[in-house]
Amino acid sequence: MREIILIKLGEIVLKGLNKKNFEDKLIKNIREKIETVGEFEIKIMQSTIYLIPKKEDDVDFVLLGKKISKIFGIARYTRAAWCSKNLDSIKETAAEYLKKELSTAKTFKVESKRSDKKFKLKSPEISAAIGEYILEKFSNLSVDVNRPEITITIEIRDFGAYVHVDSLPGAGGIPVGTGGRAAVLISGGIDSPVAAWMMAKRGVELVAIHFASPPYTSPRAEQKVVALLNKVAEFSGKIEMITVPFTVLQEQIKRTCAEDFFTIIMRRFMIQIAQKLARKYRCKALITGESLGQVASQTINAIACTDAVAQMPVFRPLIGMDKDEIVAIARKIDTFETSILPYEDCCTIFTPKHPKTKPILNDVQKEESKLNIDQLVKLAVENIKITKILQEN
Amino acid sequence: MSVLSYNLFIAKIKRKEDFIMQEIYLDNAATTKPCKEAVEKIIDTLNLKYGNPSSLHKKGLEAEKEVEFARAKIAKMLNADSKEIYFTSGGTEANNIALFGAVKAQKRRGKKIITTAIEHPSVYNSVMQLEKQGFEVDFLEPNSTGEISVEQIRRIVDANTILVSVMMVNNEVGSVLPVEKIKDIIKEKNSTALLHIDAVQAFGKLPINVEQFGADLLTISAHKIHGPKGVGALYKRSGVRIEPMTFGGEQQKRLRPGTEPVPLILGFGAAVQQIDPKNDNEKIKGLNRYLRNELLNLKGVSINSPESAAAHIINFSTNKIKSETMLNFLSTKGIYVSSGSACAKGKRSRVLSSMQLPLKRIDTALRISFSRENTQQDINELLAALKEGFAKLTHI
Repeated sequence: MREIILIKLGEIVLKGLNKKNFEDKLIKNIREKIETVGEFEIKIMQSTIYLIPKKEDDVDFVLLGKKISKIFGIARYTRAAWCSKNLDSIKETAAEYLKKELSTAKTFKVESKRSDKKFKLKSPEISAAIGEYILEKFSNLSVDVNRPEITITIEIRDFGAYVHVDSLPGAGGIPVGTGGRAAVLISGGIDSPVAAWMMAKRGVELVAIHFASPPYTSPRAEQKVVALLNKVAEFSGKIEMITVPFTVLQEQIKRTCAEDFFTIIMRRFMIQIAQKLARKYRCKALITGESLGQVASQTINAIACTDAVAQMPVFRPLIGMDKDEIVAIARKIDTFETSILPYEDCCTIFTPKHPKTKPILNDVQKEESKLNIDQLVKLAVENIKITKILQEN
Repeated sequence: MSVLSYNLFIAKIKRKEDFIMQEIYLDNAATTKPCKEAVEKIIDTLNLKYGNPSSLHKKGLEAEKEVEFARAKIAKMLNADSKEIYFTSGGTEANNIALFGAVKAQKRRGKKIITTAIEHPSVYNSVMQLEKQGFEVDFLEPNSTGEISVEQIRRIVDANTILVSVMMVNNEVGSVLPVEKIKDIIKEKNSTALLHIDAVQAFGKLPINVEQFGADLLTISAHKIHGPKGVGALYKRSGVRIEPMTFGGEQQKRLRPGTEPVPLILGFGAAVQQIDPKNDNEKIKGLNRYLRNELLNLKGVSINSPESAAAHIINFSTNKIKSETMLNFLSTKGIYVSSGSACAKGKRSRVLSSMQLPLKRIDTALRISFSRENTQQDINELLAALKEGFAKLTHI
């Protein structure tokens, strides 16, 4: 008997001709993620990935499970015992592997899946045979097919037979890297890390762009973004973080333009700078954490004015979500506690008392033209700083 | 900042990273740099005198002797007896033991607690917790310079009062509260209330005499007087009964059980020995006077500390630049100040709010706090940097 991990693929199984690309990418992502946990042989067969430890004693299965649960493209996963495909061996494996669970429970049932049709018994026959053996061995147990405490699953597959109890839900989505690269604008609030996570879930590889305005924002605000990205990277894999110096730009807008245009002009600059950097770092789209109507710059009119400078798609995965829905995800991916640390970020300084909620593009452009836009954008782009965010091990 | 000067600014920062910047540390109310003597004592203790003071062998005895020596030195500074000093993990723990312990022992006598609205969070939040448990709490409000009068206290103490907890020096503005007058008021009102004084910011700066104050409980901390972080002490007058909050071995008469952190305690003792009240205070008073005068000459600046404040703290508002912005700006120049209490990042200061200062003044407040290590040159650098900030940074 050997213990392995079985991984069931998510929506990749629905893909057509390029299914192989998705599978290869997923295997590569899994391999990278688990290399610190131990050495594994990785096989894929019938929409299932098999992680077979080379030296079983060395593997921390709890840690391994934690890592697997954060890889996009996986529907469910489970630890399983692997044995040869004969009934006696399956019986003994089931009784031995699940000894602890079975000796304390009162009820159980057996479910069988026979994907290897060459196996001589049919699924119900396998279940009956195993069930009978377990009943004989554990006098504390009785069968309950409706609400059993334990469901033993027997899978008869190409390479062998597998015994396991319940499987756990995976992270869903599709493998990171199959959806291209995009740059996420990240401030340090609750929303942008969630937006980044959601797009990573759809296979997008991330680059992060952070606007810093020292001394109006503190080094701790930047440190906070690094901490947030570390959390996101547990799911998305490594992220390159680009810090853009934003001080001069914000000062100039504040000094030169009418106060109520401050936010909208600032956001147009952000998009222009971000897409210049996005191109340089091979990204095909931008991602923001905007949610419609949440603040003045997130009304339809304001977004229209911001998007007027965009020449690439701007993904806003949170656009239709309520704050509490966003917070729920932030808690799930463990970014919430960090997000609420009270440091000023570039979006909270210089905010006008009465920002325009229905800005008109012509007015914005007119106000903005008081500034030397190209020079300011160039200055920001030329003075970026790169920080590599690795997934935490 | 112009585009060109910003480019230079960035280039300068990049170059500055190549060598260690000169530090001007003006945040001594948050914590102080441990003195050489304390550091050496701690290292020596870790290396050599590692015994457990409760052990019966020679190694234990050696440690116990040293701990008792430190205890005696600290007691002497307070005009207390050695057996009245209990070491804790710091000011917060000492305040917690004092408040919860006193109230638990006194609860049959009444349910009223008196404190102020400008206490340190370790007192303020403890008392809020007691209020939730059903005690009646009166928070005395300060005037616009953070002071509380004897009359305010006299008006409110009554026979039902079981505890009065008042700080000696406020940590944000440095105001000195009339703690030495409180015990007489308690007696005058025929109250059995215990008097707790949080003297963390006063210790080493103002004379403390527990006998003269009539204090029942008094809190001090090591890291505010060039000692190590992680150790403080509670003075408890002999005969005053308070309930312990933690339970364990026989150490410290069971009021604060647990193996004593010998290296930290000895470091505390060493730091206390270095205090030279007269010289230190003369020097710091001079620095305070100089900075105060110079600040008054800066246009638009208002001083939030009262004239009579403890000399090591001076709180002022620029009325131009947000506290956090100026703090960050000064920080890039190696000048370290505080935007209020070190424990309340991001929120509007509770102390300045209770002084009912205009919001603009609260949002632009900075706290400078001196130690004996500071010089007039440090202040000149600070003033120059402030002026540079006024010119370069965007005003609110």
